Order: sequence, then C-alpha cells, then structure tokens
Amino acid sequence: MTTPPGTSTDDRNEHSVTATTPPDAVRVLVPSGMLGSGFDPAAIERGLAMGADAITVDGGSTDSGPHYLGSGTPKTTAAAVARDLRYLLRAAATARIPLIVGSCGTSGTDSGVDWVAGIAATVLREEELDLTVARVYSEQDAADLKERLNEGRISPLPPLGELDADTLESCTHVVGVMGHEPIVAALEAGADVVLAGRATDTALAAAVPLMRGMPAGPSWHAAKIVECGGQCTTNPREREVFVTVDATGFTVEPLGEATACTPTSVAAHMLYETVDPFTMREPDGWIDVTDATYTALDDRRVRVEGSRFVPAAQKTIKLEGARVAGYTTMSFTGIRDPLVLAEIDDWAAFLREVLTDRVQQTLGLEPPQYAVDLRLYGHDAVLGHLERPTAPPREVGVMLLVQAADQATATAVAKVANPLMLHLPTRGMQHLPSFAFPTSPAETERGPSYEFVLHHVVDVDDPTSMFRTVIDGSPA
Amino acid sequence: MSATLGDLALEVRSKNAGPFWVTMEVFLRDAEGYAIAAAAVDEQVVARLYAVDPATVRVFRIPALHVVKVSFPRPVPQGSLADRDLHAGQHHVPLASLVPGA
Repeated sequence: MTTPPGTSTDDRNEHSVTATTPPDAVRVLVPSGMLGSGFDPAAIERGLAMGADAITVDGGSTDSGPHYLGSGTPKTTAAAVARDLRYLLRAAATARIPLIVGSCGTSGTDSGVDWVAGIAATVLREEELDLTVARVYSEQDAADLKERLNEGRISPLPPLGELDADTLESCTHVVGVMGHEPIVAALEAGADVVLAGRATDTALAAAVPLMRGMPAGPSWHAAKIVECGGQCTTNPREREVFVTVDATGFTVEPLGEATACTPTSVAAHMLYETVDPFTMREPDGWIDVTDATYTALDDRRVRVEGSRFVPAAQKTIKLEGARVAGYTTMSFTGIRDPLVLAEIDDWAAFLREVLTDRVQQTLGLEPPQYAVDLRLYGHDAVLGHLERPTAPPREVGVMLLVQAADQATATAVAKVANPLMLHLPTRGMQHLPSFAFPTSPAETERGPSYEFVLHHVVDVDDPTSMFRTVIDGSPA
Repeated sequence: MSATLGDLALEVRSKNAGPFWVTMEVFLRDAEGYAIAAAAVDEQVVARLYAVDPATVRVFRIPALHVVKVSFPRPVPQGSLADRDLHAGQHHVPLASLVPGA
C-alpha cells in the first residue's frame, strides 16, 4: 500500500498532542556527512546519552559527478553502508528515536532507495530489530514532467535556460529534491526509519525539529550547519556532531573529543558548497542567516540566534536529471624526454592535427562525429588556459579522452591515436621517440559518459505531491 | 616578491556549489589582510582570472569572518568531456596567486 503523505495522521492522537505542545528543545545527532564514510561508535553512544531525538545522515550528493544519477548506481560500497547502518539502526532501536537517511544510493534514484532498503533489511534481520521502515521515492516520470512543462510550471535556475521536452525525454533518470514535508509525513504515518530518495541536505536534520514545533529559522539553519557532520568543527576528521534546537535558536557541539565548534568554524560552514552564504532555498521558502549571531558558550559549544526562514509565495521542487553524453575511451602515456617536453604545447597541437587527419583518412569521421580532449598532466591539464607559463616540466602524463555516440567509434579513434601516443616526434625531430605507456592494452573503455542537464524547479501546491511513500510490509 | 592572496590567507579553497556553479573562499589571517583582499577582489578581477563574464560573478565580503567569497557559473559543466576538475577543488589557485595592487 502506498500511504498518501500527509493524510494518515488524523487517527494518530499522540502525534497531534505532540504537535500542539512543543517540547522545550529537539536534539539531533548527525554521525557523519555521508552514510558509509564511517564514524566512531563511542561518539554515537555519547549522543544518545545526551538525549538525541533523531539521528539523520545524508546518503548522497551530486558532488561526484553525473555518473551516479545517470546510471542510477551508488558511489559508496555496500559493506561500508551496512557497517554504518548496523550501528545507527541499533542506536535508533535502543533509544526509540527515528533514523532518517536522505539521498539514498548517492543520487536518490528509486534504485538507490531500494539498494539502501535492501541493506537495511538484512541488518535488521541479522540484528533482530523490529523497526518500521518507510521508503520515500523521488524519481520523476518524464511524461508527468512534460505535462507540467506544458502548463508553464517548470522554470530554469541560473545559469541554465528554459527547458524543452526533448531534454526531459533524453534523461536516463530525473529526481525531484524533497524538503522535510514527505519525511515528516512518513514519520507521522508511523515510520521509525525513513530512507528518502533525493532530498535537500538540510531537510533531514530539520524534519524532526519542525515536526515537533520548533521555529523554522533555527531548525533550518541548524540543519545546514550539521549537514556535513564534522565539517562545522575545528577538526573535520572527527565526523559526529550534535545540535539542540529550541524556541530562540540552536546550540551545536561536536561528539568527538578531539575537536570543537567555534563561532568561526560554525559560521564558516555557511560558505561551504553554497553559491550565496546568506540565503538558501528550500521547497517552501528561504533560509536567511544575514542577521545570525554566533557565540561561544564554552570551548566546544556554539550558540546561534537570529536565523530566519522566509516562506515563499510559490512552493517549488528542484529537479536534477542526467543523460548519456556519449561513450568514452581513454588512453594514457608518459613523456620524460626533455627534447619533447621543451616543446610540449606544440607537440600536443601537432598530435591533434595529425590525429584529425588520420581519423578522417582511416575512419572517414570528422568532428563532431567524435570529440577529443588531450590533457597534459604535469603541465597544464587541471587549469588549462587559466595556467601561467612556467619552465618545462620534468615529466608529463598525456591523457587522451575520446568521446563518440557509441563505444566502438570512440575506441577506433583511440586506436588510430595509439601510434601517435607512442611515437609522435616534435615537428623538427629527425628520429621517432617512443613514449612510456603505463599499461597494456593502451586503451580503456569507460562506457557511457553522462551529463547533468536539469537545474530547474517545478511549481507545486503540495510539496509532498511529487514523492511516493511506501511503508514496510506493504507491497510496493 | 609581492605577497599573494594565498600568502595573506589561512586557507584559500574552491568547490562545486551544485553541478553548474563553482564557489571559492579566501580566509584571511586578520582584519588587515581582509581589508587588502576585500579591496583587491571584485567582479572584474575574478572575470579576468577565470576568463568568465563579469556579469555572472558574485562576490561576498564577510568582515566578521575575514572572508572574501566568490561564486560564478562553471564555464564547463561538471563531468563533461572538457571538465578536468570534477569537484572544482583545484580552481582556487588563480585566485590564491593574485597579487593585490599588481
């Protein structure tokens, strides 16, 4: 059975009572910035002893590139996720508090939610724990989105332009980014564990404080500060943090013993991976920390007040989508000969010229039927044209990436390049050098390469409407 | 040799802010360094260092933290064929190398 979010609370009086008489404070334990990255079990125990009301942890991000969303596969390994879940599920069961995991399986696709749910089910069985698990799916159907597009309800976020239906159709996966609402609905429907698809990093830790009646400004700001675990402390290698939200603000502290929260470490976290350090959009409004104050309570705890939340007139759900850009084949060789390194930029230009000519002659292909990126690691690969001229490097790693509409074409171009990657002299050289290939075979087929193509928002009346919740024991 | 922003800073860092933006921060050591950086970094300077349109550059000056923060759309989308820095974690170097007043 699919539980319609937000409609199943009428007969659950205990939640209604809780909602009308807010507690003095709500405490959230964040074990790390990413499920599967590990944490110290002793720090989790300390957090439980301090009265945690919920445990929340992020399971993903777009940060590692479009492959994970495009392919619907996780970046983390199952064993690492199982290890973390074992401690967290035990802790949730012992303390009888909710565990919330967001952006399951790295990108929050339905396959990612099911992957984490499968690992959680195994752990629950092995540990003989009886917890009710909700899966909140965030993947979107292109046909539904096309209807919303036709109704004028999808608009771009900078720097992208207007969306067209073909772009939607071309995506292998599209997810909507949920706020706290579907998570709260799942908890109110009786879930002990919420495994959410793609969610804002902040929605996870904000959900229980908001559900229990804490004010929106401190709830959201607190959630932003702890979303990356120990990143808001003086020693981010200690990952576990604890935040207490109350009627006038919040207090944040590390659970690790060799680290501290300072006004600077906490305030600085608003800068991390954000375009704008003062305001951030959630589905139902803006977090505004312009007037927030950060005060040290002692040498490891920081008190934050003055955070605001400004509700939006129009609620929106952000979309993320990725599609196959092409298939890629990689080749890599090393150059140590100073005679070549002295003219390395011209050598690379010569290689591109000869390769273009050889591919045309042998395969009958011309750009844009294939694309080549030639990178000179050790010289200017990372920053490219932003780099300043320097003396010739000691050695250079030459990476050739070929992309085409199919793998066979990409590999054919890379194979045509092989004699050049091995022997191409400089323009003035009278002999054929041989360069240092590190591997045989020289070419590595990298499969499909994906690209992010959505950065748009959908206008919604109900921020739970684009998400589907399944509570365990019920058929999907 | 003149001091760079990197010399005046505790840390200069860069990172993706979602797949389509890059953001970077200069954490200055003190108020004096902050004043120099806040004056030296503007939209035009960033546009020149990174070969981007100055109209797309956002500069935030945060005196309470001695921080100058810069955000602009990634010239190359994350993960595309031409992207050589998936997390944009090495793109602080041109900013750190800036010599104020030079």
